[in-house]
Amino acid sequence: MNIANAFKNFINRNGWGLGGYMLLAVGFWLIVLIILPQLSMLDFSFRHHLPPPEMGGPKDTYTIEHYKFLALGAPGADQSYNVVDLGVFVRTLMAAFFVTILDLLLCYPLAYYLGQASSGGYTRIFVLFLIIPYWVNEILRAFAFRIIFGDSGVINEMMMTLGLIDNPIDFIRENVALYSGLGYAYILLMIFPIYNVIESLDRNQIEAARDMGAPWWRIHWRIVIPYAKPGISSGCTMVFMLTAGALAAPQILGGPSSLWFTQIIYQWFNSGGNWPRGAAYAIVLLTVCIIIVLSAMRLFKVKMGDIGK
Amino acid sequence: MKSSNLILKIFLALYLVVFFGYLLGPLVIMGITAFNSPGFPRAAPWECLTFEWFEVLANDQRILNGLKNSFIVGAGTVVLSVLLGLAGALMLTEIYPKLRATFYTVVIAPILIPGVVLGISTLIFWDRLNIMLGLGDDSFLHNGIFLTILGQSTFIASYCMLVFLARLQRYDTGLTEAALDLGATNVQAFRKIMVPFLMPAIASAAVLAFLASFENYNTTTFTFGKYPTLTIELAQKVRYGINPSISALAFTIVVLTIFAAVVHEVTQRRKQLALASGAPVSAVSGGGFQLPGFLRANPAAIVLVVLSLGAVATVGFASVYSPDACKAEVREQKRIFQQQQIEKIKQQRLQQKRDDAVKGPDIFGSDKSKVVPDATPAPQSPGKGNFGGVFAPNNLENAAPKPESKIESPGKGTFGNVFDPGNLNKAGPKTD
Repeated sequence: MNIANAFKNFINRNGWGLGGYMLLAVGFWLIVLIILPQLSMLDFSFRHHLPPPEMGGPKDTYTIEHYKFLALGAPGADQSYNVVDLGVFVRTLMAAFFVTILDLLLCYPLAYYLGQASSGGYTRIFVLFLIIPYWVNEILRAFAFRIIFGDSGVINEMMMTLGLIDNPIDFIRENVALYSGLGYAYILLMIFPIYNVIESLDRNQIEAARDMGAPWWRIHWRIVIPYAKPGISSGCTMVFMLTAGALAAPQILGGPSSLWFTQIIYQWFNSGGNWPRGAAYAIVLLTVCIIIVLSAMRLFKVKMGDIGK
Repeated sequence: MKSSNLILKIFLALYLVVFFGYLLGPLVIMGITAFNSPGFPRAAPWECLTFEWFEVLANDQRILNGLKNSFIVGAGTVVLSVLLGLAGALMLTEIYPKLRATFYTVVIAPILIPGVVLGISTLIFWDRLNIMLGLGDDSFLHNGIFLTILGQSTFIASYCMLVFLARLQRYDTGLTEAALDLGATNVQAFRKIMVPFLMPAIASAAVLAFLASFENYNTTTFTFGKYPTLTIELAQKVRYGINPSISALAFTIVVLTIFAAVVHEVTQRRKQLALASGAPVSAVSGGGFQLPGFLRANPAAIVLVVLSLGAVATVGFASVYSPDACKAEVREQKRIFQQQQIEKIKQQRLQQKRDDAVKGPDIFGSDKSKVVPDATPAPQSPGKGNFGGVFAPNNLENAAPKPESKIESPGKGTFGNVFDPGNLNKAGPKTD
């Protein structure tokens, strides 16, 4: 009865037209776009890899072979674990973690400067400078790093002209290009949440601390950082998730020996042609990322509602 | 105290330079490569100023087709995600406080879910639905544009919702109540009061949605089907063979971005000026060019004028300028350089022969590495001045581990592999 009442109230408040639109649109978004596809992917990841005509037939039973494959490798392989895929998976997460930390260290001072220290006119120009790279395509941004770090790239040519090195350094194989490209790709998602929070910090708090004789690092440690925590965690969450799930930058900037986990998923869907296995890998990536983010949020005592502010 | 302040300031300036160098440097370098003539995008040895890559870009059928698909997908995504985001934001104000956190988590989740996962789940869901309904491969559920719009809207709607929520926080619900008290219907109150209030948010959400859709790769790469968008085409070009026309495209986008940003800034300032003087906007703006006072008060407008003049001048220059003479010169220089290298090597060979003749027959046996001690490291650095390795029996195999690096620097002291049979093709002047 409660639900019926609530529904009647809702319609009373909004009328049939508006209420209907809201229910329909939100229902479509939640159920058809978000929940059902995820569930269907979960379901699909437990199926055998079958040609389309056999789907739904007697052979279409549930199996955990794809998860087994990720953990243990192909049956009859030399190693008892799937060293290659698991190694790539761990490396992806570690790299995403380091890229996040790097971005945080790089962005926090600027966010603080923009939010507190600089005067209005400069801030507008800086914000403009920040936004321009973000409007350029992700692929093109990665491509720019290829031009810089390639064998005949700007850095190699410059160092060879100056006589610092004789042969070009292979930045792409060393993954230098990949990490700088990844850090670059999502730097804005780190800076703006922190900036938004720090901007609302009352300057008097900082002045008071300074008057009491606190050194600058203590002001940051005890006042600014605790205040900016929602912004910091929000930025870190987004950068971590996006970096771990990045596909364009690793495809363009990754060396021949370094695979990103999303590239393996991509291969199962395209050249590999085994969709259920790709779906299983995607599920693993999604689950592990969510677990990491949730535990980090619990660790730093941040609520979900702070994300995206 | 003073000196520490100064040090702090220097550090700050240094940090700002590094940060914005990291942020803008790649774009600047990419922009430079768009005007350099070598067939591979590179900025460093500057050869000739050229505009041909813009021409190549304008005639690239695949890029143009991708652009068209991107606009179709973008339009669909804007409509769908603004509608969904608006409904989500309105719903959030209606819902029970208990449910609110859950609802918020679910609709914000698509931002955090990796784009790859969104693309895959969309693809699988509609594919299975298609099979369940017994439709063929050519049904609209398999259509790339349809799938891409849905996949992108899943998370772009969340962005839009955030924009609407920020605006709705400042909404006074008393306004709607007053309208309802005065006898307006719900729809009337919504259309006459809520929608005008939300209009700026709708505009910025639409722009945001279009940009997000236009540059999306991770989701689209699984759903595009037979309709590759611009981003997909670019990714394929970047991965398999590239020429600077991509830099030209990037340069175009950056310039358009700056233009849009400056225009936006000009209108903002104009509004502020109008607000400050209490006059309507039209009175302050007038005709931008006749009013020096307006320009003086509005630096953004000056930038805009300078930018426009610069663009016109560049286009005019490009239409009359021809890089052919310069290119021919560069080719000639390369040829002469190679000629010199060949001459040098010939002399080296002669010298060596003469030395051998003086030394007489090799009394240490046939082991060449004793006579020429540094023949063994040759594979590591082929030809770093060790001509001795030239006659080592396995020289031909060793000397060519990395063909690309040789093309980049033909004959930079690499005498070691002059006799490589493929060498002539590689070292020849690039004709492209």
